[in-house]
Amino acid sequence: MVAPTTQPTTSASRGRSSSVSSYLYRHPRLRLAGLLSAPMLWLVVLYLGSLTIMLVAAFWSTDSFTGALVKKPTLSNFHTLLTGQVYWVVALRTLGIAVLVTLIDLVLAIPLAFTAAKVVRSRRLRYALVIAVTMPLWAGYLVKGYAMQTMFINNGVIDWMLAPLGLKGPGLGLAATIFSLAYLWLPYMVLPVYAGMERVPSSLLEASGDLGASTSQTFRGVLLPMIFPALIAGSIFTFSLTLGDYIMVKIVGGTTQMFANIIYDSFGVANNLPLAAAAAFFPIIVIICYLLAVRRTGALDNL
Amino acid sequence: MAAATLDGVSVDTVAIRLRGLRKTFGSVVAVDDVDLDIADGEFLTLLGPSGSGKTTVLRMIAGFELPTAGLIELAGVDVSHLPPFQRDVNTVFQDYALFPHLSVQDNVEYGLKVKGVGKDERRRRAVEALESVRLEGYGARKPIEMSGGQRQRVALARALVNRPKVLLLDEPLGALDLKLREQMQIELKAIQRDVGITFVFVTHDQEEALTMSDRIAVFNAGRIEQVGTPAQVYERPATEFVAGFVGTSNLLRGDVSTAVVGVDGVFSIRPEKIRMVELDSAIATDHRCVDGTIAEVIYVGDATRFVVRLDVGGSLVVLQQNSTSSSADVLATCDTHIRLCWRKEDEYRIYT
Repeated sequence: MVAPTTQPTTSASRGRSSSVSSYLYRHPRLRLAGLLSAPMLWLVVLYLGSLTIMLVAAFWSTDSFTGALVKKPTLSNFHTLLTGQVYWVVALRTLGIAVLVTLIDLVLAIPLAFTAAKVVRSRRLRYALVIAVTMPLWAGYLVKGYAMQTMFINNGVIDWMLAPLGLKGPGLGLAATIFSLAYLWLPYMVLPVYAGMERVPSSLLEASGDLGASTSQTFRGVLLPMIFPALIAGSIFTFSLTLGDYIMVKIVGGTTQMFANIIYDSFGVANNLPLAAAAAFFPIIVIICYLLAVRRTGALDNL
Repeated sequence: MAAATLDGVSVDTVAIRLRGLRKTFGSVVAVDDVDLDIADGEFLTLLGPSGSGKTTVLRMIAGFELPTAGLIELAGVDVSHLPPFQRDVNTVFQDYALFPHLSVQDNVEYGLKVKGVGKDERRRRAVEALESVRLEGYGARKPIEMSGGQRQRVALARALVNRPKVLLLDEPLGALDLKLREQMQIELKAIQRDVGITFVFVTHDQEEALTMSDRIAVFNAGRIEQVGTPAQVYERPATEFVAGFVGTSNLLRGDVSTAVVGVDGVFSIRPEKIRMVELDSAIATDHRCVDGTIAEVIYVGDATRFVVRLDVGGSLVVLQQNSTSSSADVLATCDTHIRLCWRKEDEYRIYT
């Protein structure tokens, strides 16, 4: 307005981009299509496509002589899995490991997240704590796996630390697998729980104490019900990541097998894609059952 | 009543006694050496601008903050280092702090439940408490389904149901709109009279403080500037800060006060005590007059505010009711040369 010489060029270039904007403004469906076409394409083709192929493959079989795929619908893979005792043992063991890993992470994450969200007053220190929690995510999986191995291996770091007390560590095996996985997935529990706690106004905790509730009553009566959705979110991470893991158990588990090893071995060693695909139903069913159970408690009604 | 018993009250009529109370956050001194006695059944307001330490004092009485130094007594018992759940006080929070996952009824019952009161009695007392704040029949709702004013009353019921000795209120009306706020001021005062509990009320709104309180403690920079009845604080401000914060600051000082009053000091005159008259009007012996020019006219509906620049320097604010003048009348007076008069007893000297 002040400089008339520059006005025509600026208003012309603005006019072009703003006419696109105003066209989109008048056509909300087109706008939505513009926003979602790329992610939807990605999701449908790559994710749902591959998932469908896998689920369909579960009903195929392989020719026992040539090993070639037989694309005729059959329930034989499920029959093999449900009648083989070893599958049941490994499935229940994997379920147990997932539950224990989740519980360990819950016990560690709640005080950690509470300290970061409610006790620390300095914002800098709070961010430093949260970043410190995510630090294990920066290192590669295998690096952490072999680091855990040096901790738990016979005469390893843990044995060395316990030696003065006359004790010995658990060595490689089931316990080492549980502890290593709990260590590995801890950030995935801490972050949602921290976010959940940060959303609880401090005045609610103060009000509870003000009304006469002791610290443990406040924890059970106010904090826990309010962060429950965050605990569920965190536990879905730790639970499903554990169900799907097959590498850590190979590094620190000794002879222990987890369910994902069955899937991996059926596919990679036995070259039996249909059996692997059928076995993959197990973690999916477990997670669906878990979510249904959570929904039944009514804990997610306030979301 | 409380003002008369302020000093030398016997222990059993003092609800709260603060001695040498101090709180620092790092290098910041939030509360600096506060002494205060609050009588049983009194409505006492902690008034001050934000950051003056009034809320910190309240939070120390509730037990949310531990004092850096000093003593807090509730009914003669030292509670300075007790956790909140061991103090017989309840708080109404600025954001109400209602538990969103509980119904209104369960919110009100919460305090009784954690103390182990039986289910039937709990239910009965909560229903009574909700009735006393005129919310009967709302028990099944969730807090999110209530309006701001209703949530405020749930918070009040949740605190009162415990029959505390002292109720602490942290700017409880701050989030309400003006109409609702004025209505709640009257209601709160009535409830306090009914239940006879000591109320300690924090606000930065001087009108609210003047309307509701038996006594007001005016805070500034972590210290108490003055404690007194609303009339004392308004008409006899102890310091320049009080004169300015409670009501409109209208001070004569230095050369101006020498020229007008004849003494070099600080004098406070309330705007509504000053009358505007014609320049040649006679001066009564018990009146003080000074000439000036109207520099600004602010029409506020029921009244008009004039800023008058005095001929001797400085300026005074005059408040005049619009009982006989129209807005056109008062706005036309801008730039006229007039005379200001007030009774000598209405000028109050502040010793600094």
